[in-house]
Amino acid sequence: MRRLAAALILAASLLGAAAPAPQVDVARLLDETPAPILADYRLFADAGGRRPNAGLVPYTLNTPLFSDYAEKFRYVFAPPGTKVGYRAEGPLDFPVGSVLVKTFAYPADFRRPDEQVRFLETRLLIHRRTGWVALAYVWNDAQTEAVLKRAGTRLDVNFIDAKGQPRHVDYAVPNVNQCKECHSLDGQIAPIGPKARNLNGPFAYPGGRENQLAHWRRIGLLAGGPTKAIAARTAVWNDPREPLADRARAYLDANCAHCHNPRGMASNSGLFLELEQTDPTAQGVEKRPVAAGRGGADFAYDIAPGDPSQSILYYRMASTEPGVMMPELSRSLPHEEGLALIRDYIRSLK
Amino acid sequence: MRTWLMTTAAMALAGAAQAAVIEVAAGPNAQERAQTALIDAKPGDTVAFGAGRFEFTDGLSLDIDDVTVKGAGPDKTFLDFKGQKGGGDGLLITSDRVVVRDLAVQDTRGDGIKAKGVDQISYLNVLVEWTGGPKETNGAYGVYPVSSTNVLIDKVTVKGAADAGIYVGQSKNIVVRNSRAEFNVAGIEIENSMNADVYDNVATHNAGGILVFDLPDLPQQGGHSTRVYRNKVVDNDTKNFAPKNSTVAAVPTGTGVMIMANRNVHIFENEIDGNQSAAVMLIGYRQPIKDAKYEALPRDIVVRDNKIGRNGWAPTFVGGAELAAATGGAIAPVLWDGAETFTRAGQSVTHDVNVVLTDGPVLNLNLPTPGDLAEAKPAVTPTLAGTPVAEPKPVVLPAAQAALTP
Repeated sequence: MRRLAAALILAASLLGAAAPAPQVDVARLLDETPAPILADYRLFADAGGRRPNAGLVPYTLNTPLFSDYAEKFRYVFAPPGTKVGYRAEGPLDFPVGSVLVKTFAYPADFRRPDEQVRFLETRLLIHRRTGWVALAYVWNDAQTEAVLKRAGTRLDVNFIDAKGQPRHVDYAVPNVNQCKECHSLDGQIAPIGPKARNLNGPFAYPGGRENQLAHWRRIGLLAGGPTKAIAARTAVWNDPREPLADRARAYLDANCAHCHNPRGMASNSGLFLELEQTDPTAQGVEKRPVAAGRGGADFAYDIAPGDPSQSILYYRMASTEPGVMMPELSRSLPHEEGLALIRDYIRSLK
Repeated sequence: MRTWLMTTAAMALAGAAQAAVIEVAAGPNAQERAQTALIDAKPGDTVAFGAGRFEFTDGLSLDIDDVTVKGAGPDKTFLDFKGQKGGGDGLLITSDRVVVRDLAVQDTRGDGIKAKGVDQISYLNVLVEWTGGPKETNGAYGVYPVSSTNVLIDKVTVKGAADAGIYVGQSKNIVVRNSRAEFNVAGIEIENSMNADVYDNVATHNAGGILVFDLPDLPQQGGHSTRVYRNKVVDNDTKNFAPKNSTVAAVPTGTGVMIMANRNVHIFENEIDGNQSAAVMLIGYRQPIKDAKYEALPRDIVVRDNKIGRNGWAPTFVGGAELAAATGGAIAPVLWDGAETFTRAGQSVTHDVNVVLTDGPVLNLNLPTPGDLAEAKPAVTPTLAGTPVAEPKPVVLPAAQAALTP
């Protein structure tokens, strides 16, 4: 299908029906020197980054990382002629030249989420020949250009939340090291979100709703893996029809396990929150803190079964104080809805 | 492509030939300028902070191998994190062969200078402090190498850490020397680590002076082979201000040297004086244990040839006053819980625990299991010398690191 589309574009250009649409610049993506402005990669057809170029496929995650209520627009791109390989565990096997594109944005008013959407930054995770690299491009006020910001920055964001309350965020664009702190497996940069199980859900494509893995396979983007809906699936954290424990574990997986896994930045903590973890102590149940410092408050355990008010994990997720709050990066506000889920989950544990 | 390769090769050669010094001056926008320097540094480069005060809004981080981060002196270059809005640490290092030297880090919201998962990390002539004095709301650790190999801490001062001033966790091959820890909960702590030499340091006015611990449920455990010698462990008299359920909260105010679990630890030729609870304390881990691999008892511990002054006159631990009264008015210089049995994962484990306590007198509590104070059968003996334990060989760091001086 992708080949067919490419052939059609080629045919159209030969006929002189239209100028050839500039394609995504794979060579630029692969260059060891990052482009100073986002537009150089030609990932978008417009200067404002609102219209993805051919080959970019939008996607979503069943359960994402909370980032101060920012909206996220995600796209995957793999170079023409390549496919993403299926993996049952961990992120999918993206070929060299792939890029994961994520734009962080806020509507002026979350009650009208499609209007006055301000782009803050577009993050790229590029699979170069030498490995993955993480870059952040910050949008200007005019929303016409995004420039590379390697050292991070802070942005003032004001919005009206879904309840109609005005909110302010001291939004932090991560520096390249901070990108790696989360995107780190054994010290190497790796994608976090696009695991088969977290992609295993529907997406509203222009052509209709379809399971993302099925769609990727149908358009020739994904190779291998089970074809039926028997693949593992991450629960949707805020879908009350799903079991509480599944939703809570999915939430902890998406919000904590990028560091809190045996190969991540927080490996030394012994607190491992990835979905695959089966040891209750490693998951925090009656696990004593080691290096939590004042983050441990006066509580004995990461998770005190039945008692969120005595659980370090809940306490740190609710905090907004640097040195206490978890995750350390990506948020400055508490995630009320996520906290409610974790509160219910800890209450349910015996 | 060929041009690109040649350019890269030329750059690599140039980098090897002449390392650059990237200067960062005090002044506005320190955050972005400092972080940019730490990102742009190439292996071999030095990031040099000038004299003055640098005010940061976020933590800094370094992820390039073979970089030196230096200041104009710990009394001249102040990296100030009072206004920190995000990130737990002051400076986070995740690359190998990094040297941090000649600067001060102040008032971080979390830990001071952390190094995670690295090889050959060196802290030289550095001050880390919380300027408001000892407070529970201070960061946990001052210098904090963890999950690392080849750690050198030389001429470092840490003041005010709410856990341990100088803390080395889950690491291997460690030297801590010529350093000073004061007004922390624990002065110097070696935890879940192998092969550490801790010598010529001063630990004073902490709640506990020097700790060697081993804890369960961690990726690296089974700590062993530590030598603690020629240190001054005096007047540790700051009331323990740790969050109350943290491990160090259990360190009695006024403890000199404390060994918990761990193996093959040698305490010798230290000056230990003015610690009101005890000079030297050897205890087992007393919380319930689910970890089937964990060893909860201190084993093969040697305490010899220390100069032990007045200690243990007013013990602050539960039952301490009664114990002192029953054993001659003060806690004897070396206190051992005497436990040779503990329970893990529902199984009782017994070891024929060997201790060589030639300093004394020794107060043996003869506890059936760690923490079971109600069953104590205290006995004081001049010494308690089991089978001799061979001393670990001196820690040898890689040549380039061993050549560093503060």
